Amino acid sequence: MPLYLTDEQQMLRDTAKDFVAEHAPVSHMRALRDANDATGFSRDLWKQFAELGLTGVLVPEADGGLGLGHVEAGVVLEEIGRNLSPSPFLATAVAAVEALKGSAIREQYFPGIIAGETVAALAIDEGRKHDGAIALKAERSGNGFRLTGAKQFVTHGHVADVILVAARTAGSPDDDEGVTLFAITKDAADLTADPQRLADASLAARLELNGVEVDADAVIGDVDQGRIVLNRLLAAGRTGASAELVGVAGGAADMTYAYLKDRKQFGVPIGSFQALQHRAAHLYSEMEVARAAVLKAQQLLDAGQDATQAVSVAKAMTGLATTLAVQEGVQMHGGIGMTDEYDIGFYMKRARVLAEMFGDTNFHADQLAVAAGY
Amino acid sequence: MMSDESFRAETRAWLEANCPESMRQPVRSDKDATWGGRNPTYAHPDQKLWMDRMGARGWTVPDWPAAYGGGGLTAAETKILREEMARLKCRNPLNSFGISMLGPALLKYGTEEQKLEHLPKIARGEIRWCQGYSEPNAGSDLAGLQTSADDAGDHFVVNGQKVWTSYADEADWIFCLVRTDKTTKQAGISFLLFDMASEGVSTKPILLISGYSPFCETFFDNVKVPKANLLGTLNKGWDVAKFLLGHEREMISGFGLGGSAGDPLIEAARKGVDPLLRAQIALFDVRSKAFSAMSEKFIDELKAGKAHPAQPSMMKYYGTELNKSRHELLMAAGGSDELEWESEASRHGAAPRAWLRTKANSIEGGTSEIQLNIIAKRILDLPS
Ligand SMILES: Cc1cc2nc3c(=O)[nH]c(=O)nc-3n(C[C@H](O)[C@H](O)[C@H](O)COP(=O)(O)OP(=O)(O)OC[C@H]3O[C@@H](n4cnc5c(N)ncnc54)[C@H](O)[C@@H]3O)c2cc1C
Repeated sequence: MPLYLTDEQQMLRDTAKDFVAEHAPVSHMRALRDANDATGFSRDLWKQFAELGLTGVLVPEADGGLGLGHVEAGVVLEEIGRNLSPSPFLATAVAAVEALKGSAIREQYFPGIIAGETVAALAIDEGRKHDGAIALKAERSGNGFRLTGAKQFVTHGHVADVILVAARTAGSPDDDEGVTLFAITKDAADLTADPQRLADASLAARLELNGVEVDADAVIGDVDQGRIVLNRLLAAGRTGASAELVGVAGGAADMTYAYLKDRKQFGVPIGSFQALQHRAAHLYSEMEVARAAVLKAQQLLDAGQDATQAVSVAKAMTGLATTLAVQEGVQMHGGIGMTDEYDIGFYMKRARVLAEMFGDTNFHADQLAVAAGY
Repeated sequence: MMSDESFRAETRAWLEANCPESMRQPVRSDKDATWGGRNPTYAHPDQKLWMDRMGARGWTVPDWPAAYGGGGLTAAETKILREEMARLKCRNPLNSFGISMLGPALLKYGTEEQKLEHLPKIARGEIRWCQGYSEPNAGSDLAGLQTSADDAGDHFVVNGQKVWTSYADEADWIFCLVRTDKTTKQAGISFLLFDMASEGVSTKPILLISGYSPFCETFFDNVKVPKANLLGTLNKGWDVAKFLLGHEREMISGFGLGGSAGDPLIEAARKGVDPLLRAQIALFDVRSKAFSAMSEKFIDELKAGKAHPAQPSMMKYYGTELNKSRHELLMAAGGSDELEWESEASRHGAAPRAWLRTKANSIEGGTSEIQLNIIAKRILDLPS
């Protein structure tokens, strides 16, 4: 498989590009923020994603979806990133769908996701850094389970129709075995979601589960073997977040390159100064490398090959490149880059949130080191 | 045509049967690499065996046409061959400026006679080439070169001096930029091929900080070059030169990869490093692995005609800066063991010499600054 987009993928990119730029440009996000919108995204827009079939991009054709892969999902996510569009796409259409794929309860959720009616949230993290530890307890109770504990950084957690919760059914927080993944519906009793607005104006909830009762059929995959599903979910989420980061970086860089050609000081465009040219060219190089790393991970996932290392490389590398893109973006815009009125700052904020999601650069670099045995 | 699957299976079987065990070890020093030529030197007899076996199949240049000594493979097959070689950690069978630089230029600009004359010898490692571009006053500003080639009927007479000519003292032929019109800059340059054994050619080694001197000053004193040895059109050599530079940059960018024989930095890290160095190595590894995906993407795009023409500049810039950091980290991981300059234990100072050698990566083939200029102007379209 050559490492570039096929003609079909390129066509999908063009569609996604036009669609997102038209319906959810940065001004859409700004409007939601200014209105202090309590949902954090537009349900109407989610419906429009569904009309294009995009909500079912990863849902198998047999289940009514498009049956496409992570490359295609990434094409959409990159445009979401470029336009800073608030959207449940990553958590719902990518991570949750990947987790539900093949499970008994997929029939309960796929139709709603495909129709653009169901939004999913992922309750995975328990501390301020993603580290894989799972302490939230799930004890057997009747023919089901009772869940007790807390999660944080749950994007859309306050409005999601279904929340995928990683819980511990046996063992201690760092064990691989003894983890079980549950799908909890939003009306569950004894569940509180406390939404917090993040730096990028998106909303993420702190969840408290005070003995939430669920049926046994809320289990995704097998009891105690949840890491298998969780790892699939994480690989999809990490790769998807990487694609979105590439989009964020691309959007910031395009604004910056345009500004370099436009803005004049000393009677010439600032882009004619070699000091800035070299930094812009360096940024371009970092971004190209990050983009290749993401495509590699997507293709390996789609080919069903072991993608663990490639996924970590993608997430870590996009973290590095995007951080550089937004830092240079603000700096090269000078004073105007610091104003709320100008969009470049939004890119910096979004990049930070995505960098933290599913493990940051250091986390993934460490994973590589551990795997290589040093 | 064979299916990709069966091509992979056959390739794997052939490599397993034909690549000597000793050629599946990392290249330890410059002498350990295979360069071929009229008077070749080999640190190990398997080097010749491996080069000859690959050369006979055309697999030293798998995607060149079979008529010119190549393997005639498709882009997909070439990729499979590369992957299978990497899987077995096979060494590069032949290092050659003929393959990585002149060959592509000959294929594009050469006459049929020139192709048939030179390409098969390059493929089999029979003739070793060197590059006569830089001059004492024409480095980054390469088009400022002054070495002259005067028309003398059926031949040119070449006079002048080149500098930094890698391996000039061991090379058999040179591809050389000369001035055929003194009244203009770029438009007065021509591209000549000639035998280093020609009368009037002499070389003088330049000792580098790594203690090696594979680099030379090269002098031309009334060297006669037949006109048939002009590559491309008279006074249009700058086009050939730039095309070739693209391939040179592509080749040099490959230094940024850990090599098919495993990554010595990771091996060094496994022996134990302090936490700060471990973190630096891990972050380096992220970039290194991402760059290797980039290399694969770049080659795929190149083969499909999708790469931006200035993209080799980005590859060269990134790959060489990466390679410099790799060796910086290798020195740090090795500690005092890797400081010994001549001992047996240090394989004659292989590590510090290689470390010092990499410092030239971001200079040779056009400096990093020049690559960044090219990216800014030609890819990002920033104003002058
Ligand atoms: C180990 C080695 C092997 C080589 N092998 C060969 C060979 O086989 N054949 C051959 O022909 N040549 C070879 N070269 C020569 C090489 O291509 C030149 O050294 C290189 O192009 C730089 O030229 P220079 O050394 O004259 O440096 P200069 O051009 O004098 O540059 C000095 C500094 O100024 C910077 N600079 C110059 N112009 C600009 C600009 N416009 N903008 C910003 N910065 C600028 C450079 O980046 C550099 O940092 C080799 C060089 C080395 C070190």
